Amino acid sequence: MSLSGLEKEKDRPEGWNRPRLIEPDGEGELLEIAMGPHHPSTHGGFRMDVALDGERVIRLKPVFGYLHRNHEKIAEGIGYLGSMPYTDRLDYICSLTNNWAYALAVEKLTGQEVPERAEYLRVILGELTRVQNHASSIGFLIQEMGASGTPLMYAFREREKILDLFEGLTGSRMMCNYMRFGGCRVDAPEAWLTAARKVVAGLPGFVDEVDRLLTGNEILMARTQGVGVLPPELAVNAGVTGPMLRASGVNYDIRKVDHYGIYDRFNFRVPLGDHWDVYDRYMIRMLEMRESISILEQALKDIPAGPVMDAKAKIRGFRPKPGEAYGRIEAPKGELGFYLISDGGPNPYRYRVRPPSLINLTVLEDMCLGSDVADVVLIFGSVDIVLGEVDR
Amino acid sequence: MEEGLKIELGKQGVFVTTIEELYNWGRRSSIWPMQFGLACCAIEMIATTMARYDLARFGAEVFRPSPRQADLMIISGTVTKKMAPQVVRLYNQMAEPKYVIAMGACAISGGPFKQGYNVLKGIDRYIPVDVHIPGCPPRPEALIQAFMTLQKKIDGQNLTGEGRPRHLDAEAQGEFPVPVQGEHDLEPSSNRLVWPLPMKTGIRD
Amino acid sequence: MKTIEEIKAAIEAAVPGAGVEVVPNASPSGQHSLRLEPSHAFEVAKFLRDDAELALDFLSNATGVDWPDKEVTEKVKVKRLVTKTVDGVEQSAEETVEESRKRVEPGCLEVVYHLFSMAKKHGPVVLRMKTVNRTDNVELPSLTPVWRSAELQEREIFDLFGIVFTGHPDLRRLLMWDAFKDHPMRRDYVDPDDYEYEPTAHEQVLARAAAHTAGEQIAGASAGAIPGGGQEGIGGK
Repeated sequence: MSLSGLEKEKDRPEGWNRPRLIEPDGEGELLEIAMGPHHPSTHGGFRMDVALDGERVIRLKPVFGYLHRNHEKIAEGIGYLGSMPYTDRLDYICSLTNNWAYALAVEKLTGQEVPERAEYLRVILGELTRVQNHASSIGFLIQEMGASGTPLMYAFREREKILDLFEGLTGSRMMCNYMRFGGCRVDAPEAWLTAARKVVAGLPGFVDEVDRLLTGNEILMARTQGVGVLPPELAVNAGVTGPMLRASGVNYDIRKVDHYGIYDRFNFRVPLGDHWDVYDRYMIRMLEMRESISILEQALKDIPAGPVMDAKAKIRGFRPKPGEAYGRIEAPKGELGFYLISDGGPNPYRYRVRPPSLINLTVLEDMCLGSDVADVVLIFGSVDIVLGEVDR
Repeated sequence: MEEGLKIELGKQGVFVTTIEELYNWGRRSSIWPMQFGLACCAIEMIATTMARYDLARFGAEVFRPSPRQADLMIISGTVTKKMAPQVVRLYNQMAEPKYVIAMGACAISGGPFKQGYNVLKGIDRYIPVDVHIPGCPPRPEALIQAFMTLQKKIDGQNLTGEGRPRHLDAEAQGEFPVPVQGEHDLEPSSNRLVWPLPMKTGIRD
Repeated sequence: MKTIEEIKAAIEAAVPGAGVEVVPNASPSGQHSLRLEPSHAFEVAKFLRDDAELALDFLSNATGVDWPDKEVTEKVKVKRLVTKTVDGVEQSAEETVEESRKRVEPGCLEVVYHLFSMAKKHGPVVLRMKTVNRTDNVELPSLTPVWRSAELQEREIFDLFGIVFTGHPDLRRLLMWDAFKDHPMRRDYVDPDDYEYEPTAHEQVLARAAAHTAGEQIAGASAGAIPGGGQEGIGGK
């Protein structure tokens, strides 16, 4: 889309909910560049049409759809269980939380109960996913800042240990396809729980190491503090969720609000940010990793014995009664929700994914206007998106 | 020259080889891939370059962001019809000799998303692919094996004669036409030179 | 949080004339919805956001749904002139006869909004709006001026379903490219013809290959050259 013919502030009708525009100072033309779709820092195929006045960003229009794989249309033809492997590929770094959100939505639609051991396993795998997602996100953010891969190496080292756990339990490193409607696919043997305890015991040391390496680093602080400020009223109105919302000071964590699963049994805090900038988002992710480790320790200690799947639950060929349901969880990137309309047949009539990454990008333009083009990469990295979820 | 003689000479400090072997050895030991991750397979590609499955020891020392400086394009992830013109354009911008690895089921043939109105059913419809890696996503070890297969292929390329690579052949084209996004589909929907119709109508031999 | 009937009463008290009806949800989730009239939807949305008790400041999800035209067969009692032979004499008399008639119920496009409250930590409140039909009257008011999170989601609904949101600041396609002409998530969308290579040479496969090659030659391509022109749907896949 062409950016020439800029809309002026005075030309807008009243009451539009749009970013506050800035005017270029000085005369001369604006430089229009397209950042992407092939760009080392855009996390995949994503384009931003930027209009620059020197180094300052005057307009920014994101362009989506480079990875649109019509997941929702495929889901209308393959049945409820058939969509489960496709949910892995939505947010491909955190496949288990995607599975959980979908299983939760279907359980809301049918009213199925989940056995206790399955709930504990879901929490353990969900929090492990959160830890490795936040570690990777910080790693990618710092790499885009120019650190040439070192924090990413540390993050991926931990991630490999967690992926080994996933592979041991579910059979696959990334596309786990493990949750089912009414429980989990297979039970975790005692040896796996012991291995998980060992990995979790090593995680606080890793977070301390990254903390010592990065948090007081002057380059990081100089480049991220005061950059990409997102005021809380705009964040709430724009539907931003997840660590980005909490870094803007709004206390809304779906684990505490919806009380889904068995999160009420665990003792954990919700960190909030004061300055609403990129540095806060980085710190929130570090602190959330520590809270996740605490939940993991509690869950691994208390996990009871029992079945992981209701024996009478029908997984294949099931036809829920006509109706609809919206189920959501606190995924590592934000609120991941699934909206299902059933017409009584074996396939969902309408299957909709509420993508946190896409909706968090609503405010990308607001945060980037007025800052330098070098900061756009950082702000974009701090939103922490995955293109599979944005475009589905 | 026979192996025994080579070893004997080697013990005396004399190294004997052909120009072809030396040339190909230099080329295959320093293939620099382009940073081109599209989807989930990109994360496995990044994991392959990380400390556990280090790809740099095979010669892929740096991933260049610019196509002008890269030798290899690893198409990792689903190529959609919206992205396809950019992929072909990037391939055209790479300098010869250039190679393509199609990583994952989506790059080979559309993968699990084949029933897609926006999914290109395989990148080999528009550009020639050297190595295909099946998997969804393929493990890092599979990517390393594909890399080694590509190295073997480069080792076997003759410098003269019929099978010579494109950059030594004045007639061979290195630029492929970029498809245009039409009203319902990409136009043309495939490149017949690269992806020929394999079966003739009515002929079963 | 109030029940769905209380919310409906509150809306009708605040925005008089707003046609709101409750749409019950048969599934165990219990998430009933409110159907709004498009004419007053904007004021209702503002009331829901600004009300002190409801404080629905977070629009979580906006979905489009396609309800295609349905053919309905029903039995209707009609008075008809029927000729009957009684004792060898033909007589015609009026009788009530049951006939089955086919009728097309027009479809529509629907948009569903899920609202939550970050201040009060309750929800969801589900709103629905229907268009008049699927062909020419597909306009609905945009709720982007009330909740900014609808901006990208309504663009996606416009792209994939074709609902035009009046009052949206920047309504253009989100996921497909600009020159694309269809609305792919509709139930009557036909995929473009995409020939697939198949190694087993049985009859259906050969027939598909023949249809595909014939289509290419019609477009004016010669052997060995790159064919120009698009491939339209030739007999489907």
